[in-house]
Amino acid sequence: MSLYPRNFQLHVPTSLREAIEALEALGEDAKPLAGGQSLIPMMKLRIAAPSALVYLGPLKGELSYVRDGGDYVEIGALTTHSEVAESPLLRRWNPLVSEAAAHIGDTQVRNMGTIGGSLAHADPSADYPAAMAALGAEIVVAGKSGTRTVPAGEFFVDAYTTSLRPGELVAAVRVPKLRGRYGAAYGKVARIATDFAIVGVAVHVSVDERGHVDNMGIGLTGVGPTPHRPRDVEEVALGERLGPELAERIAAAVSRSVDPPTDLRATSEYRRRALRALTERALRRIYLDIARAQ
Amino acid sequence: MVAIRVRVNGAHYEHDVEPRLLLAHYLRDYIGLRSVRIGCDTTNCGACTVLLDGKAVKSCTVFAFMADNAEVVTLEGISEGGLHPLQRALAEEHGLQCGYCTSGMVMTLYYYLNKARRVPSEDEVRRAIEGNLCRCTGYVGVVRAALKAAREMYG
Repeated sequence: MSLYPRNFQLHVPTSLREAIEALEALGEDAKPLAGGQSLIPMMKLRIAAPSALVYLGPLKGELSYVRDGGDYVEIGALTTHSEVAESPLLRRWNPLVSEAAAHIGDTQVRNMGTIGGSLAHADPSADYPAAMAALGAEIVVAGKSGTRTVPAGEFFVDAYTTSLRPGELVAAVRVPKLRGRYGAAYGKVARIATDFAIVGVAVHVSVDERGHVDNMGIGLTGVGPTPHRPRDVEEVALGERLGPELAERIAAAVSRSVDPPTDLRATSEYRRRALRALTERALRRIYLDIARAQ
Repeated sequence: MVAIRVRVNGAHYEHDVEPRLLLAHYLRDYIGLRSVRIGCDTTNCGACTVLLDGKAVKSCTVFAFMADNAEVVTLEGISEGGLHPLQRALAEEHGLQCGYCTSGMVMTLYYYLNKARRVPSEDEVRRAIEGNLCRCTGYVGVVRAALKAAREMYG
């Protein structure tokens, strides 16, 4: 009386090149397996039944790292959510990614699940995509003919669908260093603490010496098949004084900018209201953080 | 079949297993460690929590082959010399009734306290066990027991 996946062929490559070759040779019915925290439950429920798995675990030495890239921080695809959440480099340069990572699932899931796996899975209610959208992150994709970088906005194509081509793997993610007087926050509402987001909001803001917004990025999850970045709302904020009044105005605009779905988790109207509350809360927190840091 | 070598609670094992064999079943059926419970079987309840290379994971959501060349610790492995302070505190503070979730609860708290190396706040304990569900006793006794054990270990 237990849940078992369909049997599959197992391939265990020892390098990224070998993994790509194996995926190429096996075709679209084969799946890469990283931490397995989405794929294994789906296989147990037989929502997924791949004929072969290419296990990426042995590539940890190659693909698990958080590295300073100058203007950006690069996160290897096999870095776990726990490692992202606790990385001193990310906490210093891009706490938005760490905070989003800390909101994923629970301790045990964060200890196994990887950033590359989560992004490639492209769950429309996942936490990372909102942060990636808000930050304009870049996904480094490796394939037979080398690597290419894909902006987050082009990486997510549809629910559970990315612009990865057959035989390609996520190799790393690059997130910009946030500079100046900035703050960042991720907030979500979920059915229970450990669940996927009903909606989630990732925001980062930087202000000039007078406290006026000179850069803002907003990313939303749970509002459609892919993460949403309401650029028109970000533009409204530019040059405006960051404070409770702006927080309220931006929150209302964010909630107006989306037409979220109604599903088992929540109605469209609920999602809009939750987004408004989360956005206002995030911006107020950022405002206080920046004020306190002075 | 795939050949795996795993160190479990300090002892070495070698087995040929089906790729789809889950770590929880491997530990229960191949090694005979019955502290590893299968509750929800869907990555929610945490009853199957064990340490994989020192990290708490849900063994119903890990294939046995993923533990190849790794070290696994189950509840049996932390209580060989008698009850662990966490187990004692859970018994004393009414941290369990049916006990089904307890081994997973202990393993998660063991992982958390070993990492924290200090007496945490009540809120921190509650967050630490967010991936472990109890459906009969509730969490008040569990949290009290965790804090008691932490004081004994690091107070």
